[in-house]
Amino acid sequence: MSATDIQDPNRRDFLYVATGMAAVVGAGAVAWPFIDQMRPDASTLALASVEVDVSSLEPGMSLVVKWRGKPVVVRNRTEKEMKDGEAVNLAQLKDPLARNANLPADAPATDANRTTPGKEAWMVMVQVCTHLGCIPLGQEGEFGGWFCPCHGSVYDTAGRVRAGPAPENMSVPVFQFISDTKIRIG
Amino acid sequence: MSEGHSTYTPKTGIGRWFDARMPLPRLVYDSFVAYPVPRNLNYAWTFGGILSIMLAAQILTGIVLAMHYAADSTLAFDSVEKIMRDVNSGWLLRYLHSNGASFFFVAVYIHIFRGLYYGSYKAPRELLWILGCIIYLLMMATGFMGYVLPWGQMSFWGATVITGFFSAIPLVGDWIQQLLLGGFAVDTPTLNRFFSLHYLLPFMIAGVVVLHIWALHVVGQSNPTGIEVKSKTDIVAFTPYATIKDAFGMIVFLFVFAYFVFYLPNFLGHPDNYTVADPLKTPAHIVPEWYFLPFYAILRAITFNIGPINSKLGGVLAMFGSIAMLFLVPWLDTSKVRSAVYRPWYKLFFWLFVIDAVLLGWLGSQPAEGSYVFMAQMATLFYFAFFLVALPVLGLIETPRRLPNSITEAVLEKNKGGGGGHPASATAAPETKG
Amino acid sequence: MIPKSGDRFSDKIMLETTTARQRISRGFGMKKILTSLALLGLVLAGNGAATTGAIAQEEAHNEAAPTHFPIHKPKEMDWSFAGPFGTYDKAQLQRGLKVYKEVCAACHSMKLVAFRTLEDLGYSEAQVKALAAEYTINDGPNDAGDMFDRPGIPSDHFPAPFPNEQAAAAANGGAAPPDMSLLAKARGVERGFPRFVFDIFTQYAQGGPDYIHSLLTGYDEQPPEGMEIPEGTHYNPYFMAGVSLKMPNPLSDDQVTYDDGSPQTVDQYSRDVSAFLMWAAEPHLEDRKKTGFRVLVFLLLFGALVYLTKRKVWAGVAH
Repeated sequence: MSATDIQDPNRRDFLYVATGMAAVVGAGAVAWPFIDQMRPDASTLALASVEVDVSSLEPGMSLVVKWRGKPVVVRNRTEKEMKDGEAVNLAQLKDPLARNANLPADAPATDANRTTPGKEAWMVMVQVCTHLGCIPLGQEGEFGGWFCPCHGSVYDTAGRVRAGPAPENMSVPVFQFISDTKIRIG
Repeated sequence: MSEGHSTYTPKTGIGRWFDARMPLPRLVYDSFVAYPVPRNLNYAWTFGGILSIMLAAQILTGIVLAMHYAADSTLAFDSVEKIMRDVNSGWLLRYLHSNGASFFFVAVYIHIFRGLYYGSYKAPRELLWILGCIIYLLMMATGFMGYVLPWGQMSFWGATVITGFFSAIPLVGDWIQQLLLGGFAVDTPTLNRFFSLHYLLPFMIAGVVVLHIWALHVVGQSNPTGIEVKSKTDIVAFTPYATIKDAFGMIVFLFVFAYFVFYLPNFLGHPDNYTVADPLKTPAHIVPEWYFLPFYAILRAITFNIGPINSKLGGVLAMFGSIAMLFLVPWLDTSKVRSAVYRPWYKLFFWLFVIDAVLLGWLGSQPAEGSYVFMAQMATLFYFAFFLVALPVLGLIETPRRLPNSITEAVLEKNKGGGGGHPASATAAPETKG
Repeated sequence: MIPKSGDRFSDKIMLETTTARQRISRGFGMKKILTSLALLGLVLAGNGAATTGAIAQEEAHNEAAPTHFPIHKPKEMDWSFAGPFGTYDKAQLQRGLKVYKEVCAACHSMKLVAFRTLEDLGYSEAQVKALAAEYTINDGPNDAGDMFDRPGIPSDHFPAPFPNEQAAAAANGGAAPPDMSLLAKARGVERGFPRFVFDIFTQYAQGGPDYIHSLLTGYDEQPPEGMEIPEGTHYNPYFMAGVSLKMPNPLSDDQVTYDDGSPQTVDQYSRDVSAFLMWAAEPHLEDRKKTGFRVLVFLLLFGALVYLTKRKVWAGVAH
């Protein structure tokens, strides 16, 4: 065999390693678009925020809007519902965390923490059961909040899970009142 | 691979355990590592590997495009535009797929012409050649149906014209055409079945490719001299020799491919396909994709009735006949010498045939009027004459050049001869080993 | 892996060669046929080039009744987005958008373009929002089942000026104005041989904007004497599909007010709107060319490495 191999083994090894590494880098770069295309596309992301006019909601009324393909309930709670919500002893709760995207992740699940300051009457919440994704029925169940017909999870008037297989309180999305009658979700 | 020849010895316990139960690593080793190839293969032989890469790339990009595409006449055009505008990296995947089809055909044409030049279809490789022809037919069907999916003007009218071929068949033609279309004209049912078949056919191609490679590994590669392998000095192992050479060929090919994808993505397409299909408005001048143009020219060249066959049926028959010629090549060529390297007359005819094919392609892109029609008729005549006259007759009367005794002898001769004329190639190939 | 038949093969060839020689005398007539066949091939190849020229000449002769369109080839302009490092000129795109909004949008829809994508033109999110709100979008149905009008939001697309194609055709003398979203890619005059070969190396991909610009500036020319211009159409020698088109000259000097001091001429308007339409048709052009450069550089380096490896692997083997 040739003399060059014996003289210069390092150069040959370097060449093989460099070529192999370039092939790996190339393969990785090619793989990316194939994964990238699975992410939500630009038109889907553009709909990730919706504005809702809530001027027509009297206390005790709710409306449901679709946000990111899921129902979000906006409820103007009655005095009684708010009192029931505040009266709950946090130690009794199955899930002690607020699950409010506007607050730190470790915020406790007080009634106030489930709403937004100054607008405590208003519940804005993704109306999807945290068990397996069914849509709970409003103002049903023993706590006067929500009741999931699929597997019997029960939520109170602040959307906190009180009984049944659901592990977490229903989640509160990022939202804000942009005026007294308008909410932006997302 | 011929049985009993395997040199695979598993090194680890797991390897032996696996080998005793399902010798897949042995198959891979025998087929892609130890598999012997002639040492004198040139870069024309890298196109087999390039085609495998292109098939894989088309299937992969196609699968992800199908995740965003909607096969409905009201949605198809917009769903493709959504891919181009909104889907992450969608423009890249779509341009890779549409240009990939073109470059798949570039590669397959080089592969076919290589086979014709070096006589790779001759015994014992007839079946290998025919399997290749079947792959080519499947590719044409896949390419045609894929071009319909974006639902632009050319998609629609291309589909209308091509399915119209079948209406030329006497008696049952209209019935067959309606069967293909699922209606009286190209519409959603047509689009939907084309999408289904466009997704299916590439996997059938992959299946025939497996057979093609199997047949290849039974008879072994042909080579530029056309002389069969005779001794161990004629061959090298597939890995690393052929693998690294194929890899380099692929990268050069991918470079040209990438140049088109990123800088000229619409160069090989037609502007009319960016206008949504309109069943009430025919474009001024319908042309198929470039890779069908020679056949399109042959179709249009038959402007006259031939006895009881009218010109429409005649055109369709001529077109299908021009493809059928390829299947017959192993038996049309009567020469005992394989490679055009040693056949001066065949070499001349081969190159004339290449020019004729390119000319037919160009004529297919021009309007069928004036002197173009006559030229297309002459070029069609030459096309058929090449297969039906030149191939059989040349083999009988041509005097071949002297053949070397073996591949090794040819290689040594070439390197010696090259030393005088091309000093660069002499330094590039230091002679140490027989 | 050595086929047995191969051993006998070349010996057989030697024998066959001699028999073939004997046959030549008999096959002399055949050879004549083949020679004429080869000549036919050569003549055909030569003819190809000659005919193209001849047909081009034919066209030039009959000025009043041309048969091939457009009568004039589009003028090739300098575009900022041409070439391997091309980028859009954002100021130009903003001007082009203004021309579209104030002139073209009266008849032409652009339904594939969403307001949100106008951020590519250099507008802020707030500006895009304000721009979208200028438009009225028909939405619905609401809870009562009625369609209603609301101001546009960024995720909306440009609304069409006519409710449907039939209405568009009826209002425009029977020809519906084409949607403009893809116009810059849907138009292009055939380049012909050999120019299309050169185009590969010059990366000419601006046929669409060149055509649109030429068409918009081509209304000034007078038809040659004796040419029949159909009623209700307008002569334009740059039009691809005939001597004249239904669309009257849409632009005049000082028709659209530019805030950045660019000349308010028909030529400038049509350049700007052509560039804008190119963006509308190919919004990811810059991204594509940038990615392409990286890919080609990588392939060049990787190819060099593989070539060196290949040289090394084959160093001891003559081939």
